[in-house]
Amino acid sequence: MRLTITHTTRYTFEAPVTYGLQQLRKTPKSYRAQSVINWKTTLGGGKNELSFEDFHRNTVQLISLEPDINELIIRSEGEVEMTNTHGIVGPHSGHAPLWLFLRPTPLTKTGRATRALINEISAEDPLERLHELSRLIRDRVSYEVGASELSWTAEDVMAAGKGVCQDHTHVFLTCARAMGHPARYVSGFLMMDDRDHQDATHAWAEAHLQGLGWVGFDISNGISPDMRYVRVATGLDYLEAAPVTGMRIGGASENLSVAVKVAQQ
Amino acid sequence: MQNADYFDEMWGREDSLRGPYKKFQSWFENEDPARLRSKQREAKEVFRLTGITFNVYGRSEAEERLIPFDIVPRIISGHEWQRLSRGIEQRVQAINAFLHDIYHRQEILRAGRVPAEMIAQNEAFLPQMLGVSPPSGIYTHIVGIDLVRTGDDEFYVLEDNARTPSGVSYMLENRETMLGMFPELFAKTRVRSVSNYPMQLQQSLAACAPEMATDPPTVAVLTPGSYNSAYYEHSFLANQMGVELVEGHDLRVVDGRVAMRTTQGYQPIDVLYRRVDDDFLDPLNFNPQSTLGVPGILDVYRAGRITIANAPGTGIADDKAIYSYMPDIVEFYTGEKAILKNVPTWRCSEADSLTYVLDNLADLVVKEVHGSGGYGMLIGPTASKREISDFRKKLQAKPANYIAQPTLALSTVPIFTKAGLAPRHVDLRPFVLVSPDGVRITPGGLTRVAMKKGSLVVNSSQGGGTKDTWVLED
Amino acid sequence: MLGKTANGLFWMYRYLERAENNARLIETGQRIALTRSAATDDEWMPVMQTAGMQQGYSTKHGDVTKDSAVDWMLRDAENPSSVRSTIEAARQNARMVRTALTAEVWSAMNGCYIDVKQALNRKVNERDLPAVLGLIRQRTALVRGATHGTMLRNDVYDFARIGTFLERADNTARILDTKYYVLLPSSMAVGSRLDNVQWETILRSVSAEGGYRMVYGQKIRPREISRFLILDRRMPRSLNFCCSKIRDNLGYLASDYGSKPASHGLADDLCRRFMSHGVDAIFDYGLHEYIQDVVGALYELGTQIEIDYRFFE
Repeated sequence: MRLTITHTTRYTFEAPVTYGLQQLRKTPKSYRAQSVINWKTTLGGGKNELSFEDFHRNTVQLISLEPDINELIIRSEGEVEMTNTHGIVGPHSGHAPLWLFLRPTPLTKTGRATRALINEISAEDPLERLHELSRLIRDRVSYEVGASELSWTAEDVMAAGKGVCQDHTHVFLTCARAMGHPARYVSGFLMMDDRDHQDATHAWAEAHLQGLGWVGFDISNGISPDMRYVRVATGLDYLEAAPVTGMRIGGASENLSVAVKVAQQ
Repeated sequence: MQNADYFDEMWGREDSLRGPYKKFQSWFENEDPARLRSKQREAKEVFRLTGITFNVYGRSEAEERLIPFDIVPRIISGHEWQRLSRGIEQRVQAINAFLHDIYHRQEILRAGRVPAEMIAQNEAFLPQMLGVSPPSGIYTHIVGIDLVRTGDDEFYVLEDNARTPSGVSYMLENRETMLGMFPELFAKTRVRSVSNYPMQLQQSLAACAPEMATDPPTVAVLTPGSYNSAYYEHSFLANQMGVELVEGHDLRVVDGRVAMRTTQGYQPIDVLYRRVDDDFLDPLNFNPQSTLGVPGILDVYRAGRITIANAPGTGIADDKAIYSYMPDIVEFYTGEKAILKNVPTWRCSEADSLTYVLDNLADLVVKEVHGSGGYGMLIGPTASKREISDFRKKLQAKPANYIAQPTLALSTVPIFTKAGLAPRHVDLRPFVLVSPDGVRITPGGLTRVAMKKGSLVVNSSQGGGTKDTWVLED
Repeated sequence: MLGKTANGLFWMYRYLERAENNARLIETGQRIALTRSAATDDEWMPVMQTAGMQQGYSTKHGDVTKDSAVDWMLRDAENPSSVRSTIEAARQNARMVRTALTAEVWSAMNGCYIDVKQALNRKVNERDLPAVLGLIRQRTALVRGATHGTMLRNDVYDFARIGTFLERADNTARILDTKYYVLLPSSMAVGSRLDNVQWETILRSVSAEGGYRMVYGQKIRPREISRFLILDRRMPRSLNFCCSKIRDNLGYLASDYGSKPASHGLADDLCRRFMSHGVDAIFDYGLHEYIQDVVGALYELGTQIEIDYRFFE
């Protein structure tokens, strides 16, 4: 299955920006389940400085903001050929050791609520336990757009009982690591069957299991990622896999709008 | 009058003059103490005028202090130096191999020679460096190995400094001062020169420039600023190398490179000798609050468009907890036994060791794993009962934060006092440069001396002084 | 060279010049106090005004007394223009640009700071004042001497000189402006002894009494004083001298860097508009207005230099 993707991020600034740098993680990589046919990112109001591969093997593009802009537009587009691997990503590769994925981050620290959640899991088989965890999270944290904030930790999410895919994923990572499974955050695209214009980019989790390697879990949708899931970047949490992160001087407050279009050819 | 508990580098244990000091002694005997006293004052004036001062943390910026300088040289024979050099070179090569391994395949962890937790739980380990190969494969370009001596033929490594070792300016200024004050003494004794160090530093750094660098490469020194305790040294080295001394706000990413703001616009830097800690180096990738760093410099580095010396993340090799594994590390990467000895170390994170340490606090030196500058340590034999019991609580609360070592009988070297020569404890920090051309060790180093009688603390922040360090041409 | 270094050099030498100028002003004030029988402590007010320190003084002390005025000008840390503050600022800038200075300049500057700081550690009593002022003059002169004798004539030197002469021009202009009324042609008619003293004070505060005598003899006349301090290119503290030095040094930068940014045009304008007329034309225009214009143009030039050579981001 071949997907055509357009992902546009548009920032508008209340005041002109003096200086700024942004890291973009918006370039998908080919692996067994996906093969990138072509891909490009174009900038309006920004300048490409360099690119490199980070320790999660994400392609990172560093861009600078052009002085005195009021608007930055980042548009990524391309075609990706997808194969169904039923959520199995495959064996671990790269220089980041597996133990690194057991490390809690500030957003994925265990606390009372996440520990209690783990205690509820009754299954025995490790893969079953993770599926059960995914179900429990979906059960306890209702999907509500705009209900959560970017800075929410897993415990914050549990306390609120609502959130978006990012929040579901953070709770899953927190618990999976506490259960002894290396786990990571995935940001990417999901082609919802009923539409071309998707609401936003998507996020899900991957956990590493002995024998299976990395396995995907889309907590928000309660399924394993299939051909409709395009992996773009991974990290220990949202902050390491976010499509755009950076700093700027000036600009006052910003307004962000994201448009994602994923369609089957 | 020598204390036989300690090895004196001038008089040995038996009170008989040792070879390296013979010429010095014959000169000293004929000197008028009054003249020497006036020379000692003169030296102090030179240091004050040159501004060789350091700022003490926690004091007002106005307080720039002089480090006491003693005019009696610390003398090492060429033969002794040769042996030390071999050990240092071996150790420095092992440190670089270790760093490359830790940030790549981590074979030493897979082999079980160093437990993975030691790395996993270490703040000095920077995951961002995983898979990054610095130009020429060198991680730590500038190293300082702290040594202590306990006998005629016994040296121990006390600490490795693989991040940003300081003190080299004292080595150079001490020598300059001695040459100015006692030219006749140098005429009599063949002392190996240290004055090439800045040139060698410049060459070593330039040799590690990234492929895209201009020829000759542009080198600069990055300082946290004029309020930093080692600012004098930063400006001294930049000056001696003939390169710019920059601060974070002089730099930004321009056209995919780190560039400095000059009077004629932004100019790219090829090699940055940074004296800013990892955490403050890049607010985009590390501590976002830092105003001392350069946003994006780590990205430029990862794209292979600048050399940072020393590389980010080298702290993992000089951590006090890793220190205890150094003999294994040296053996693992060089296939040879370590030439330089490690001080036996108890890791308080291990239950058995903790029990032993708690039972023997009065005889041990206990250090914070991540501490430096002699802060937060306990010297059992000289501590009061109260200090020991306070420390015991700290240790029990966070055992993994501490290591313990036996109190070493640090050697003494005489200092010049009102009453003549008097022995004081010393350590030694030789300075090492690593470049694609090999490992270079400057013959000499920084000798730190505890100015207080009987004291084993040589840190300048705790009142220690310095001496010129001589390596003789045998 | 780093933009920051140019900035540090510029200000190191500005502060050094300012310290020297202010020491000279104190000396002048002291001399008025000693040589005029009718002198009151109030005489210190115009002295402080010349140095631009009167406002801070009034806020802190209110009434003028000689002791507190001298102390304020000499060593008060709250006064950013006191000799002590300016020497400290010069030295702090020197530390920042240490790599651009020769060892001789640096140790002269550091020695100046150490000795002056020590001398100004405690309140200076009247008896010691001449010696202290002498020390300040000597130690700052040593920095200047080391600068001339050991520094390469490159952009480092150019920025040092530009700072020096901008400060000096500003200082001379302010001295003229505080006393401009005694220099007006109308005051010639008065011809009283009192004005003679005023005129001498002006000359002294720019160390020009000897030079003036060499050029004009014993007769001190306001028109000649004005011409001497504004237009005479032999007089190293005249406005014309300072402005042409600034223009010269910018010229060296231009040939070194191969570019002439906006400040060069401003410097040319400054010389053409203000230094190419006779003294009568200045009086016709109005001495006070003229000085104000020059001070404004100097300020504008200084700001443009900061921008052109990227002192800041």
